[in-house]
Amino acid sequence: MKSYLYSRLAAAALLGAFVGLGSYAFLYAKGYSYLLNDPAACANCHAMRGQYDAWLKSSHRTAATCNDCHTPHNFAGKYAVKALDGFLHSFYFTSGWYPDNIQITRLSLHVTENACRHCHSSITQAIDVNVPHRNARGMTCTRCHYTVGHSDESAWLLVIPTSSFRSHL
Amino acid sequence: MKAKPEDSSSNRRWLVATVVVSGVAVFAVAALLINIAERKQEAKNPFYRVVELNETISDPAVWGKNFPMQYDLYLRTVDMERTKYGGSEAEPHSPTKADPRSVVARSKLEEDARLKTMWAGYAFSKDYRERRGHAYMLEDQTFTERQQFNPPGACLNCHASMVATYNQLGNGDMFKGFEAVNHMKYTEARQYAKHPVACIDCHDPQSMQLRVTRPAFISGIRALKASQGIPDYDVSKRATRQEMRSFVCGQCHVTYYFAGPTKQLTFPWTGGLHVEDIIAHEDQSKVTEWQHPDTGAGMIKARHPEFEMWNQGVHARSGVACADCHMPYTRMGSLKISDHQINSPLLKINRSCQTCHHFSEEELKARAEDIQDRYFALRNVALDALMDLIHDIQASKNKATPEQLAVARDSHRRGQFMIDFIGSENSMGFHAPQESMRILGSAINICRTGQIVLHGGPAPSKSLIGKNASASK
Repeated sequence: MKSYLYSRLAAAALLGAFVGLGSYAFLYAKGYSYLLNDPAACANCHAMRGQYDAWLKSSHRTAATCNDCHTPHNFAGKYAVKALDGFLHSFYFTSGWYPDNIQITRLSLHVTENACRHCHSSITQAIDVNVPHRNARGMTCTRCHYTVGHSDESAWLLVIPTSSFRSHL
Repeated sequence: MKAKPEDSSSNRRWLVATVVVSGVAVFAVAALLINIAERKQEAKNPFYRVVELNETISDPAVWGKNFPMQYDLYLRTVDMERTKYGGSEAEPHSPTKADPRSVVARSKLEEDARLKTMWAGYAFSKDYRERRGHAYMLEDQTFTERQQFNPPGACLNCHASMVATYNQLGNGDMFKGFEAVNHMKYTEARQYAKHPVACIDCHDPQSMQLRVTRPAFISGIRALKASQGIPDYDVSKRATRQEMRSFVCGQCHVTYYFAGPTKQLTFPWTGGLHVEDIIAHEDQSKVTEWQHPDTGAGMIKARHPEFEMWNQGVHARSGVACADCHMPYTRMGSLKISDHQINSPLLKINRSCQTCHHFSEEELKARAEDIQDRYFALRNVALDALMDLIHDIQASKNKATPEQLAVARDSHRRGQFMIDFIGSENSMGFHAPQESMRILGSAINICRTGQIVLHGGPAPSKSLIGKNASASK
């Protein structure tokens, strides 16, 4: 009887430690900011600093935040994707197992494609009626319009200086 | 109440499961927390000034105290890893008294005997190997068998950290120090060289900004800009930051010659950077580095014109600097620094190529190797043409007229320089694929035309040398 009580106490203490440590980590890492809509939160952990900087200079900065393109446009989907990404980011950033130039996942690409089509539906619907395009495998908006969100090019970081060094000109 | 036996064992299972799950969870949360704390700490203070740096400190280890991450990457240039065509690979070497190295790079001469014929009578036919990382530059130069040919101190310009030495020998005037070293004997000048190229050679010790420290480049680019109608070009004042990210490399990864008895290290850029411009410069300056024993032609040697060839390619046109691909940004905790382990972008495709090119690593590697495969095939055709010309001249020395011989020898000088120009270029055609193929095509034409003339055929109807060969009317 006694050992039964002790073991329940031990389990409760462990759970408490998890909840306590987890809460502290949540506050310390500004976890609450991830529940909101401010794009600055996405640069909290430094890994996406470049993407954030480029977005600030992109054509979409006045039209769409990170969430508008990278989470679904419905409540359940939005927080499900946030939860999944939050877990994966925590895992990869802690382990360090991710490339320097980060790459989009299939799910995320799918979400983004739907986001393009959500806001630009009048254009994309007109394209979809065009049979060859609709049937084109792997055709996504960002395949061509990859600069609109946050690329070096959208940010004009690659401006070629006028004094560019070209001997043959 | 007394718990039934099956109840207590089920409880125990639950207890164990809870302990395991929450144990793992607490472990993971703690790891995350510590990781976040570290990143926050790093972001707060990206730089600690531990030592004061100045123009007299050549030792990169001292600079490394202020910039430990950059220094750590710089040290990794000792790594020997090859790509399909280039890069170095460690080969065992039995140390001798003259050459104590226990590891060397592959010998290109042993791989392709045509190179020995090409450079017959010249130092390069004795010893010519794959390049190794920056860490080995001084050691490899000190112990190459080419040392038997008594090279000048000018060689050290690019194989050692020279800023402090130039300042010391020129009493603060780098140009004077440079001239003093140029005509010393290598063995004499070598005593001043303590380190391979180091931090001080590319960075200002106060601001860490990139800077050009090599007089030959300063003069060379001034002459080049003058030929483009820009007088008195001062690279230190007028180059943009992005240009500097190529210019610092262009101080050494260029072709050059030693001018006259002072052995002044000179970049032949007065007419431009195309191979034809460079040949024209060396013709005008009457440069002849050696006489080829098989043909009697007066020869010039091309040397690793990476900067010149890069400048002819689409990456240069797009504003992409050497450092963008060879020193791409790399993540160090919460900081992003440029990768000071300078090596082939094919060894870091994600960081270098995928910054701009959104294709898989395999695809990008395949594209680069396609370019290199095609280049390598035509390079072999060109070398065969050169061998044929050399053998023909050798065979007809006593039969051909002096006029015929003069044309053939001229073809040898030019054709070989062009093949050498891109052959010694360190990218297997990648830096400027079309320009590389154009030069090879032109060189094959020059070599074969030399043969035709020797065999009694007509002299060429047009000048064989010209980058803008016009379509026939």
